[in-house]
Amino acid sequence: MNIAVCVKQVPDTETRPKIDPSGKKMSEEGVKWILNPYDEFAVEEALQLVEKNGGEVTVISLGPAAVEPTIRAALAMGAQKAIRIEAEENPADPLVTAKALAEVLKQGNYDLIFFGKQAIDDDYAQVPQMVATALDLPCATVVVKLDIEGEKLTVEREIEGGKEKLSLSMPAVISAQKGLNEPRYRSLKGIMKAKKIPIETVQVELASGQLEIEKVKFPPEKQPGKIVGKGADAVPELVRLLHEEAKVI
Amino acid sequence: MSHILIVYEIRDQKIKKVSFEATSAGVDLANQLGGTASALLIGSAVKDLAPEAGKYGVEKVFLIEDGGLEKFSPDVMASAIAQVAEQVGATHILMGATALGKDVLPRTAFLLNSPLVQDIIGYQVNDGKVTYLRPMLAGKLHTEVSLSSAYHLATLRPNVFPVKESPSSPEVSTLQVELPAPKAVVEEILAEAGGKLDVTEADIIVSGGRGMKGPENWYLIENLAEVLGAATGASRAAVDAGWRDHAEQVGQTGKTVSPSLYIACGISGAIQHLAGMSSSKYIVAINKDPEAPIFKVADYGIVGDVMEVLPKLTEEIKKLKSE
Ligand SMILES: Cc1cc2nc3c(=O)[nH]c(=O)nc-3n(C[C@H](O)[C@H](O)[C@H](O)COP(=O)(O)OP(=O)(O)OC[C@H]3O[C@@H](n4cnc5c(N)ncnc54)[C@H](O)[C@@H]3O)c2cc1C
Ligand SMILES: Nc1ncnc2c1ncn2[C@@H]1O[C@H](COP(=O)(O)O)[C@@H](O)[C@H]1O
Repeated sequence: MNIAVCVKQVPDTETRPKIDPSGKKMSEEGVKWILNPYDEFAVEEALQLVEKNGGEVTVISLGPAAVEPTIRAALAMGAQKAIRIEAEENPADPLVTAKALAEVLKQGNYDLIFFGKQAIDDDYAQVPQMVATALDLPCATVVVKLDIEGEKLTVEREIEGGKEKLSLSMPAVISAQKGLNEPRYRSLKGIMKAKKIPIETVQVELASGQLEIEKVKFPPEKQPGKIVGKGADAVPELVRLLHEEAKVI
Repeated sequence: MSHILIVYEIRDQKIKKVSFEATSAGVDLANQLGGTASALLIGSAVKDLAPEAGKYGVEKVFLIEDGGLEKFSPDVMASAIAQVAEQVGATHILMGATALGKDVLPRTAFLLNSPLVQDIIGYQVNDGKVTYLRPMLAGKLHTEVSLSSAYHLATLRPNVFPVKESPSSPEVSTLQVELPAPKAVVEEILAEAGGKLDVTEADIIVSGGRGMKGPENWYLIENLAEVLGAATGASRAAVDAGWRDHAEQVGQTGKTVSPSLYIACGISGAIQHLAGMSSSKYIVAINKDPEAPIFKVADYGIVGDVMEVLPKLTEEIKKLKSE
């Protein structure tokens, strides 16, 4: 099997974001970067499939050279090849990212293309669906279970209050949700091996963006509330406040 | 002239509430921009639902009815929406930011060569120019986004935009589009036992964390949720311990929620958890540690043991409801 996994570098979930002086993006100062958590499920699934059926896994990321540590993190899990699509910075417009990824993916003849269901920085949750549409491929998103029989895929995706079972056939695009698998730890051996794998850099002309971030701001600050009291004795007062003051019950 | 097209979500022959929220927002946007708003219903049998849309002020209802739509395919729906948008001259396309909307609308966006603003929580019109407000980093930051694309597409976060009744007598018309062969098809819906309410749709959420000590104590959460008509949520610690399914996880790598009431039981309030729930209108925290960070975002807190506080809370609310 020939599998591609698109991965994105994102700020660590511990990050307390600051705003860049431009007011239009998050400040990158002092940020610790990680492989997008959902992309780890995508890489893991690809690796398991290749371990079972043979083939290779190529990780692909669009971004500046600064995203290479994240590409190496995916390689350290066990992927065989890596491509970085050159971009000065991550585009604000997801359509631009999707078109560039599709351009490169188109040349790879992949049986399966994996994504994370969402990048935890911009939370767009749309690049996988856009890439699938660009490549005219079947696509299932937010997938928590994947079975393959020959060319046929049966997947379960998470929906409100349950799951949806879909059938599609390869080649296909899948976006991974937590629950799909348990991503492996990066072993020291894997990390050493990953260091020796060359990262191919490709140039793609980026479309011009049609989505602009005008302003980044902090959400309205929550006023510190009050401690109603201690233990079960405080309950009647809490219920009164919820009923009479907040009027939510 | 602006033409706002609201794409309805229908499940079990019922229109989802988020579609009415989107309608009220769409009608308001049309008023502010000086345009019109229409509803689009797609399915194998949707005609009977058309009058529902009239309660919220749209001028037109468009129907795509086709037996072939009985088996749902996201790619087919995406294509149908794009075709309708072109046919009727839509300028804006709105849909709920649900599992369905988030899946389908990016595909439509690609077909229309326009980006999508996913999961908006507000919008503003200035001199005829719309900016959309959406969270990023699960709500740690908010961004104002503008579009220069041919179409504006946005999904609206459930429970954020109020539903406003404004009866109209819309003109109903059935449109013809060319449905492509489906590439991925839904074979079956596996509903959670008891048809559980999902956290993203719930108006009240009762959530438990590691402080609940184990799945055997979750009946305390469930009993309280039941008297409140609430959904149950969980912290990642409870999910990772295998006590609860991931579908319930609230936070940066779970679901982002904004109910009117969020009750956090035995949850410390780690930054990743706060990111997912701090936009709730009211937050109640029950935690035995007065220093727990959750109290910094809670409107009302009780310092105490969940095992004692929860049964009492359930009892008191039962009492209130029966009055
Ligand atoms: C990449 C990444 C992503 C993450 N994403 C998420 C996410 O999406 N959502 C999420 O929730 N977390 C997430 N986390 C985990 C997060 O950092 C915390 O570990 C987690 O939220 C802690 O869960 P908790 O509050 O239930 O447990 P703890 O932090 O262990 O807190 C338990 C609390 O219960 C209280 N307690 C104990 N016993 C009682 C009692 N009898 N009565 C009352 N109170 C009691 C304690 O005082 C304590 O405050 C993520 C972490 C990482 C690294
Ligand atoms: N710059 C990028 N490079 C590679 N993959 C990306 C990039 N941005 C997004 N993706 C992929 O698309 C998924 C969803 O991202 P998004 O639509 O931005 O939330 C991510 O989990 C990645 O798999």
